[in-house]
Amino acid sequence: MSTPVPARANAPERYYNYAYLDEQTKRMIRRSILKALAIPGYQVPFGSREMPVPYGWGTGGIQLTAAIIGPDDVYKCIDQGADDTTNAVSIRRFFANVADVATTEDTGEATIIQTRHRIPEKPLKAGQVLIYQVPQPEPLRGLEARETETRAMHAYEEYGLQYVSLYENISAYGRIAATAGYPVMVEERYLMSPSPIPKFDNPKMAQNEAVMLFGAGREKRIYAVPPFTRVRSLDFEDYPFETQTWEETCALCGAKDSYLDEVILDDAGDKMFVCSDSHHCAERRAAGHVGPMAGHTLDQDAALKEPAQ
Amino acid sequence: MNAIPGRIAPAPLLSVEGLTKWYGHVLGCRDVAFDLRPGEVLGIVGESGSGKTTLLNCISGKLTPTSGEVRFDTRRFGLTDIYGLSEPDRRRMQREEWGFVHQNPRDGLRMRVSGGANVAEPLMNLGGRHYGNMRQATIDWLDRVELDTRRIDDKPRNFSGGMQQRIQVARNLIHGPRLVFMDEPTGGLDVSVQARLLDLLRELVRDLGLAVIIVTHDMAVARLMADRLMVMKGGEVVETGLTDQVLDDPQHPYTQLLVSSVLQI
Repeated sequence: MSTPVPARANAPERYYNYAYLDEQTKRMIRRSILKALAIPGYQVPFGSREMPVPYGWGTGGIQLTAAIIGPDDVYKCIDQGADDTTNAVSIRRFFANVADVATTEDTGEATIIQTRHRIPEKPLKAGQVLIYQVPQPEPLRGLEARETETRAMHAYEEYGLQYVSLYENISAYGRIAATAGYPVMVEERYLMSPSPIPKFDNPKMAQNEAVMLFGAGREKRIYAVPPFTRVRSLDFEDYPFETQTWEETCALCGAKDSYLDEVILDDAGDKMFVCSDSHHCAERRAAGHVGPMAGHTLDQDAALKEPAQ
Repeated sequence: MNAIPGRIAPAPLLSVEGLTKWYGHVLGCRDVAFDLRPGEVLGIVGESGSGKTTLLNCISGKLTPTSGEVRFDTRRFGLTDIYGLSEPDRRRMQREEWGFVHQNPRDGLRMRVSGGANVAEPLMNLGGRHYGNMRQATIDWLDRVELDTRRIDDKPRNFSGGMQQRIQVARNLIHGPRLVFMDEPTGGLDVSVQARLLDLLRELVRDLGLAVIIVTHDMAVARLMADRLMVMKGGEVVETGLTDQVLDDPQHPYTQLLVSSVLQI
């Protein structure tokens, strides 16, 4: 399943400054990771480096991956759950190139999964590492602009302010309408922003077997959720936390329990719902599951011809 | 202020002693001492630059004084120097037992969230996790400060200056503080709005039995609100006494000047 590693003529030399970053930088990042794992949910500052992609394209996640990846790893990268989006393909190719690792789209086979926006549908196992690309690590930032103040609030566990955003949600929409980056409490101690994953994925973080690392390149913060950690999504007593649900099923694989993306098909308002996790969907289709719109093979020749009059 | 024979004077809620603040070699305030008892309203008056706000910030734990003590009768630790408490304890005490009404509502409110959320925030900071109850408390308080409760979800910027100040008052009273600091609460308001807000404040303070320290340069505000006055000049307290006594029979030349310079229409 995974793409094999091409043999390189200068293989031994490639282990000096392996995986793009120099040894001292990787060492610094590893120390931050260890600290982050020791204090679940705590944001550890680190000396974020300039990467060959702009801020906002996953510089934090790439640095984390570069610091922990080894030649035996199998690397998977997803963006919005899909393996085949531009950003995911580029980052996967980047690590295939600089770290000589095997790459895969198979969630079960991967040892390191770098992600933006999603946790894969397939449950993660012990031994896997999930790396999140985080745009804004500070959950309180939208309400409190001062870094000195938010640090004090984390230090003294003053998290009442976060509830103001939930309160605003209910007063405006009648329910907690926040969908992505939904704040969580880690081990009942640190308030953490789970990066912009949908709240649909929040329950998957609790008691997860895999190691979860979060990297914010521009904001220069690393934090982590070690395996088997309590993760609780915030809510009110009278407005409990709930995840998104869909009335539709996946148009291709018929899945009822996965996170669905809405795809607009034409100007007439036709649309389809499809699994955001592309590997999960492909695996289900291969196993024989069929959704309402599946079964059409694309006729590429017909698409290139002049439309019939 | 002497106790009536046979009656024990209540213990002070706040006791300030030898409070001095230097900004480098510039004097903020020097050697200020007073006691404040529960339910008492103390006015601090003086011209701008006389050290009123410095003093208020020092007392309210926002600005560490150079020397001196600020002792407050905390629920958890009894009468204790607030600068001797650890920072989390001090912040918690400030959240639970104090309120602070700023001159500019923009300093005291979160302008990005609705008026209702602003009022409810202290409840959430103290552990309130039931939306319905907090919503009801917010509506009750908006009603109490005479705001239209249908506008509960409007942003503060959509309220007038006087209304913003009312939101700020509600926000600082909803959690039942024992001591409220006010820094020129009617500063930027026109006279009629000022009068109505003062009336409301006076009523609330009397009803709730609050202790208040109010800083103002407006003699009329001082006269209406305060039981006792402290007159400051050049960072020092030059005269102190009952409000009527100080304003009707000023002893210090500066107080005399201050009282006589109030415009009469």
